[in-house]
Amino acid sequence: MASAFPCRSLGERMAMSSFDVLPESQTLSVPPGSEPSPQMPVFEVRDVFYRYEGVTALEGLSLHIGRGQRVALLGANGSGKSTLLRLLDGLCFPEKGSIAFFGEPLNPNRLAQDEFSFAFRRRVGIVFQNPDVQLFNPSVFDEVAFGPLQLRWPKERILQRVSETLEQLGISHLKARPPHRLSAGEKKRVALASVLVLDPEILLLDEPTASLDPQSASQMIDFLVGWRGGSKTVVMATHDLDSLEDIADHCFVLANGRLVGEGSPQQILGDQALLARTHLLHVHRHLHDSGEIHSHPHRHRHCHEP
Amino acid sequence: MASLLDTVEHAQVAERVSAGRSWLQGLDPRAKVASTLAVILAATLSRRLTPLVVLLAMGLATALASSIPLRRLAFRVWLPTLLFTGAIVLPALFLTPGEVAYRLPELGWAVTVPGSRTAALLVARVLTAATFATLLLLSTPWNHFLKALRILRVPTVFVVILSMTYRYLLVMLETASAMFESRRSRLVARLSGREWRSLTTATAGVLLEKSLVMSNEVHQAMLARGFRGEAYTIDEFRMRPADWVWTLAIPVLAFAAVWLRR
Ligand SMILES: Nc1ncnc2c1ncn2[C@@H]1O[C@H](COP(=O)(O)OP(=O)(O)O)[C@@H](O)[C@H]1O
Ligand SMILES: [Mg+2]
Repeated sequence: MASAFPCRSLGERMAMSSFDVLPESQTLSVPPGSEPSPQMPVFEVRDVFYRYEGVTALEGLSLHIGRGQRVALLGANGSGKSTLLRLLDGLCFPEKGSIAFFGEPLNPNRLAQDEFSFAFRRRVGIVFQNPDVQLFNPSVFDEVAFGPLQLRWPKERILQRVSETLEQLGISHLKARPPHRLSAGEKKRVALASVLVLDPEILLLDEPTASLDPQSASQMIDFLVGWRGGSKTVVMATHDLDSLEDIADHCFVLANGRLVGEGSPQQILGDQALLARTHLLHVHRHLHDSGEIHSHPHRHRHCHEP
Repeated sequence: MASLLDTVEHAQVAERVSAGRSWLQGLDPRAKVASTLAVILAATLSRRLTPLVVLLAMGLATALASSIPLRRLAFRVWLPTLLFTGAIVLPALFLTPGEVAYRLPELGWAVTVPGSRTAALLVARVLTAATFATLLLLSTPWNHFLKALRILRVPTVFVVILSMTYRYLLVMLETASAMFESRRSRLVARLSGREWRSLTTATAGVLLEKSLVMSNEVHQAMLARGFRGEAYTIDEFRMRPADWVWTLAIPVLAFAAVWLRR
């Protein structure tokens, strides 16, 4: 069963997470010395290896994500996108190589420090692919209030931010409902709300439109297109080549845990050979079947995921 | 399988019942946790049947005052407890030496007076403890319960394990029912009993694996939002006179009942 716990043993993590109450004053401070210079990358991934009990997920991956960038991670299923997002959020740690957050190493020791951990969790939010894992509270309200409560915001501020966020995502009417009984689209929005309530600077999203009906998917895209402003950084795993140009200004293409391509959405969409090699073309053609003219010849035999 | 689904429903009812406002629901979680522990302790220490019956009656009265459905208590708590504890204490009926109260017609086995007293005592103790524990869980939102435990100095690690276990259980049960539904929708022919059993066993393995991965992800999702093992809730706990009365009166009553009939 050990293989089912991909990152660290539960015991180890629990040892990390047991601590006693902190004084109020320390809760929202920015880590010392991390006031970023404009050029300092948000994340710097250097030669990272990651393995799940024998399955190699990332192999010598290096990349930079700059402040204010909207980055798409492209790649077939199993190419390592979700693993990379978890590493960026400090939920697992690389076996080899390093990840830096605004120049500071992201490692278990650093995250075990309350000060760094509070600031990091405040600034970086992640929305998982499967909203069921993200929703563990008895009501939508509790779900959205969970993050601010953990960061020990004052009560009035929590109440106000939670209702603002519910409003913003159009889910105020779901406030009292148990999250696990909502529709897929509603769940996704609650999951997003539970992260946006902290007003993170950096948003990590794992396939935000996967398994949504077309309308919910396009609402989600509209939201993402609108959610920007100066220093917000978005890193998003996606298969959705259709809306790529709207939601991203830089792409990384992964295959088998390696970086195999990088560039603007236009460059990537124009690179037939790359898309074909990385099994992304099929998706593209599919989406274009919905009526749009499509200019990419389809000359690829697919290996479908089982 | 049906009982698994019932449990899911049970957990969800717990969420609903505790959201309502009635007597027990309105009490401070700390008062409830403390008094429940006291009652359970008193029940365990009791050497006689009468105080246990008194405690059980108190439990029933509380359930009625808090609009907790008795039917639910009967089917979810008393019946399983009776069956389970009953099976365990059955041998005591026959094996405890003493005056014979009744002889089984065919087998001629003797049920002894001390044997039946021991058995009744055990069943009553477990029944009382289970009733009060259920009342607590049905009337207290889960996060309040966890927070109350922390305030009462239960170690963080224990509370984390408990909260993970609860989530884990829910995730597992939901996955199970989804898997069975998708199975059922794909099966056309009726299965024989043996086929069902082998299908169930195979499913159980996959289920365990799946839910372990998922509960690990749930834990990651909690960490990602700043969870560090401490449970916080938006509602501040406030002890009002009723809470103090409850915290003091219930344990005093419980222990008095036990002590007076020693
Ligand atoms: N919990 C896990 N246990 C074992 N292997 C895993 C686990 N999660 C992912 N993997 C494997 O790691 C590789 C990368 O997976 P993942 O990061 O989920 O890819 P993607 O998100 O791009 O689909 C795949 O080969 C996958 O099978
Ligand atoms: Mg993935």
